[in-house]
Amino acid sequence: MVASMPVAISVRGLRKSYGPVVAVNGVSFDVELGEFFGILGPNGAGKTTTLELVEGLREPDDGELSVLGRAPWPRNPALLPRIGVQLQASSFFERLTAREQIRTFASLYGVPARRADRMLDTVGLTESANVRAEKLSGGQAQRLSIACALVHDPELLFMDEPTGALDPQARRNLWDLLRQVNADGRTVVLTTHHMDEAEVLCDRVAIMDHGDILKLGQPAALVRAIDSPVRISVESGQLSVADARLLWSGAVTDDGVSLTIATREPAPVLAGLADRRALEGLRVQGATLEDVFLDLTGREYRA
Amino acid sequence: MRRIPALLGSRLALSALSRAMFVGFVRDRAALVFSILIPVLFLALFGSIYKSTDAAKISVIEVGRVPLLDQAAAAAPAQLGRIMTISRSTDLAASLDAVRKGTDDAAVQQRGHTLVVHYSIADQTTAGLVQAVFSSIVQQADAAAAGRTGGYQLTASQVEDKSLQPIQYIAPGLLGWAIASGGAFGAAITLVSWRQTKLLRRLRLAPVSVGSVVLARVGLSLVLALVQLAVFLAIATLPYFGLRLSADWWMAIPVVLCGTLAFMSIGLVVGSFTTSQQAATAIANVIILPMAFLGGAFVPLDFAPAWIRDVSYAMPLRYLVIGMQNVLARGEGATSALPAIGILLGLATVLTLISVRAFRWDSI
Repeated sequence: MVASMPVAISVRGLRKSYGPVVAVNGVSFDVELGEFFGILGPNGAGKTTTLELVEGLREPDDGELSVLGRAPWPRNPALLPRIGVQLQASSFFERLTAREQIRTFASLYGVPARRADRMLDTVGLTESANVRAEKLSGGQAQRLSIACALVHDPELLFMDEPTGALDPQARRNLWDLLRQVNADGRTVVLTTHHMDEAEVLCDRVAIMDHGDILKLGQPAALVRAIDSPVRISVESGQLSVADARLLWSGAVTDDGVSLTIATREPAPVLAGLADRRALEGLRVQGATLEDVFLDLTGREYRA
Repeated sequence: MRRIPALLGSRLALSALSRAMFVGFVRDRAALVFSILIPVLFLALFGSIYKSTDAAKISVIEVGRVPLLDQAAAAAPAQLGRIMTISRSTDLAASLDAVRKGTDDAAVQQRGHTLVVHYSIADQTTAGLVQAVFSSIVQQADAAAAGRTGGYQLTASQVEDKSLQPIQYIAPGLLGWAIASGGAFGAAITLVSWRQTKLLRRLRLAPVSVGSVVLARVGLSLVLALVQLAVFLAIATLPYFGLRLSADWWMAIPVVLCGTLAFMSIGLVVGSFTTSQQAATAIANVIILPMAFLGGAFVPLDFAPAWIRDVSYAMPLRYLVIGMQNVLARGEGATSALPAIGILLGLATVLTLISVRAFRWDSI
């Protein structure tokens, strides 16, 4: 045994099939302590199964798996208090208020009610403490769910599609909360099919498709690694498509609302647009993880 | 963070789960209405409808001439009329057939000084009643013949106590149905809905033993069943309904608890093999509702056709209802409930083992 634990999670050659369907096809990755790690991919990519294997909810067919230095399967009671798992926003006791929910979960871990109430405050639900869980809004329920996962102060937090059905404002609020959870020193692992979410939150992401990890790394590095053009767009009518084509190399399109120039050399284009005072409605868009996915699979990314 | 020692921790977990389930149940108006209010309304309804009819009157066929019975009827027409109705026949075979089918309760012949009473043991209460009435008639006749008393005097009091008022069938029957429904639906729906909402998975990820989760749910059902028992007894013993409790009525408590376990185990099996609440509810209904009719809950077995009585032996509900009837209303002594308790516990054990084998944490 190594005295110090260099990684929070170590996965080697993990494999899981359901009958003829191969859900996870021999994936390997490490998650470092304190890291915010994302597993990204379209539905059916195998990310949820990967997460469930790591959480100890399913038995791997093959592979090595270590979570905080221990094997999560079979159900490991020594490991459970050290991990927190956020499931769906509906995984609550029926007809209990927010406060009763979190206090019940606290009791399961032998955590005093005081701490449960503090946790409720941390996620901003003190005012809704006496509202029954099923009456909470989607964002509030998701916050409560995360609070219940954190009430016993776990070292490692797992989340499966935490912002699935939330409106944009609630999503952003939740992102702030998750950043704070991670900043407190916890290792966070989440699955998501939202590329933007992974880019905003994660230190590193594993992009999965058909049970395999296609690429693993920092979002910015992955994006930079693909040689993808920058899209510069301005309001239509300031410059004709023909003029733009004469001036710069690259694809030029105009849909009547925006004139878009896709180029690998953005500097001269921006300077030229400035010279012609054609910067009204300027937007500059670099490649995103969606482009990385397209580059890796040859397919358009669809969540 | 400071953590609480393991044993104390698991006790805390159990009490937290119990509290959560109890509060959730009490706030569920539909469940309260379904498990307590509706059965009580049925009790009030049936109790009122059947209040005035003397259901326990025995019908006797006098085959040929039975002077002993005629004398008794002449000596005390009022008392005898309250206990029995007498019809006359000369056809012994047809009369015996009527008794065998349960159309009539007894056929009586007199051969010299011997009174021959034919009765069926298909219904033990009626059989007991028939025996008691006629042995009383014979004793009176003997006493009169010996000159110890002035004439026929039928003591009907003993017999009257043994005869069951309708409420004494209705209360245990409806209570049995209420307890069976509460146990089966509670277990089935809890299991399915917890699997659906992934609460079951969430609990699996907490350091809680499966035993604590199950124990908390079983505890809730047992408490509910005792509340049902208490409410039923409180209402049925009101003077208006007139249930008189036997001396060993307390023995109904273990019967109720064992019945709850048996029907919870039925619910667990249903919950293990279904994936939606609708399906679980439908299947539990298909099991419980016919059983209420065939197992003596809605139709007292004493008045049921013979085929229902035969079928009832295969109905777990029969044992819950009969077990309660014996100790609540028939005054048959505490030990009379033991066979029912044994059968219910046996069923609970077998079905629990099946559901443990079929148990799934997740719906996949």
